[in-house]
Amino acid sequence: MESRDHIDTTLNHLFRQESGKMVAVLIKIFGIENIEMAEDVVQDALVSALETWKFRGVPDNPRAWLYKTARNKAIDVIRRKKHSKTIDFSDPQKQLLTSGYTLKATMNDFWEEDQIQDDFLAMMYACCHPDISRENQITFILKSLCGFSTKEVAKSFLTSEDTVSKRLYRTKEYFRKYKIRPEIPAQSAIVSRTSAVLSAIYLMFNEGYNSTHVDQLIREDLIGQAMSLCRSLLSGSQTRLPEVYALMALMCFHAARVDSRTTADGSLILLFDQDRTKWNPILIRSGEDYLNKASFGNALTTYHLEAAIAYQHCCAKRYEDTDWNEILGYYNILLDIAADPIVFLNRSLVILELKGPEDALKSLEKMKKNKLLEKYYLYHATLGEIHQRLSNHALSRVCYEKAIQLTQSKSEKQFLQAKITSNR
Amino acid sequence: MKEFLLIIRGGHEESGNRSPEEMQKHMQHWQQWMGGLAEEGKLVGGQPLMSEGKTLTERGTKITDRPLAEGKELVGGYLLIKADSLDHATNISKDCPGFEYNCSVEVREISPL
Repeated sequence: MESRDHIDTTLNHLFRQESGKMVAVLIKIFGIENIEMAEDVVQDALVSALETWKFRGVPDNPRAWLYKTARNKAIDVIRRKKHSKTIDFSDPQKQLLTSGYTLKATMNDFWEEDQIQDDFLAMMYACCHPDISRENQITFILKSLCGFSTKEVAKSFLTSEDTVSKRLYRTKEYFRKYKIRPEIPAQSAIVSRTSAVLSAIYLMFNEGYNSTHVDQLIREDLIGQAMSLCRSLLSGSQTRLPEVYALMALMCFHAARVDSRTTADGSLILLFDQDRTKWNPILIRSGEDYLNKASFGNALTTYHLEAAIAYQHCCAKRYEDTDWNEILGYYNILLDIAADPIVFLNRSLVILELKGPEDALKSLEKMKKNKLLEKYYLYHATLGEIHQRLSNHALSRVCYEKAIQLTQSKSEKQFLQAKITSNR
Repeated sequence: MKEFLLIIRGGHEESGNRSPEEMQKHMQHWQQWMGGLAEEGKLVGGQPLMSEGKTLTERGTKITDRPLAEGKELVGGYLLIKADSLDHATNISKDCPGFEYNCSVEVREISPL
């Protein structure tokens, strides 16, 4: 009998990697109105694997085993539902599923390797339909395409399982009501539709990268899943757009630094204090490769620029070696593309490095009264830092206190409190 | 268009001697042929049949533990298709993959009664 732990690890890994693809194929077979049916088949296959492998050991090719099991279970479902009205067999290819002469051969066709990847991508685009809210998009992607449990999704977003179930339900209802057919968008729409997919991926990544509230494992999982979804887009010939490479590069650069961002007890370490030898050179290398590949065509997206900025940080051996001029240049172009107040705030931090606190303060004054920044703790933390450097200690303290009120994160609160204490 | 029943008889003995690869090929031929009919909207449905069965005769009072016909006469499956005429349906039936196993196909129009 094989060790339970080994089976669990293999299965967990496999499930994260493959369940979404199996669900995508099964949705294509059963129809978008039968998502639960697809999910049940995948779940059944997983349970079978657990039960069988416990006694016979993990097979040589566990992935193939899992796929074959799911395929056979799908055949059982089709045989059972052949005469019910739940599955729509009117499409000619699906009609062949209803006859014993053609069921198996047709079923095999649905599981051809290159089809699987396309079906998976098609589901990603369906999930990121512009009419579905961002949080519903990501909830559905994590649950159905990344093999997260409802509980894990809830943990990722600090929300209740009940809320997650409601979001899933709403998304499924939307698919059903509007008969959304998962497909890779036509050439004319690919850029705009991919942009929605990329923002969902980036949001998922940031949830793992930035949040200090969830446990380490979930955060790593979110980062890994976001990167793997992006890699899937890069594997498709229609979806391999410059901005996809750029986002991949950006995520590599960020992920390379993830271990140096926090101390063992979870408090934040600023870029200045980070141990650069802890940065992952392999990820930085991959990031460079992706960034080089991102520079075909005419597209210059925010991902390109953010990646270029992250790259500048990654290639500076010491903090003092950072090329702030180059970085400021990228921020200026970023602001040209979109007048994002957060970008403006970050740009003023670069000015602080480059030209000192007076100029930084002058730059930030243009953003006084901005409603978004007013509520953003980093805006006040930045002001606190600037005033501190200008020796306006009282003002600095007020800003830091405001920032503490605005952040939910315990480690950030501690960090800012330490700033106040040192500010005397 | 009219509907026709294709009664496929025989072929059982021969199919038993084929290798799994040959069987798989054969099933692909069915898929191609029926797939073509489905694409053209000519396929209504159809199934292969198990060779076991029972036969009721004498007003249902006598039950025999096997199908009425045996061997080459045994009905192995059926297909319902749409076609313009009996000749058209017969033409379609010429490509039935069952012939690879030496079956016979009887083409009968569904009575509109």
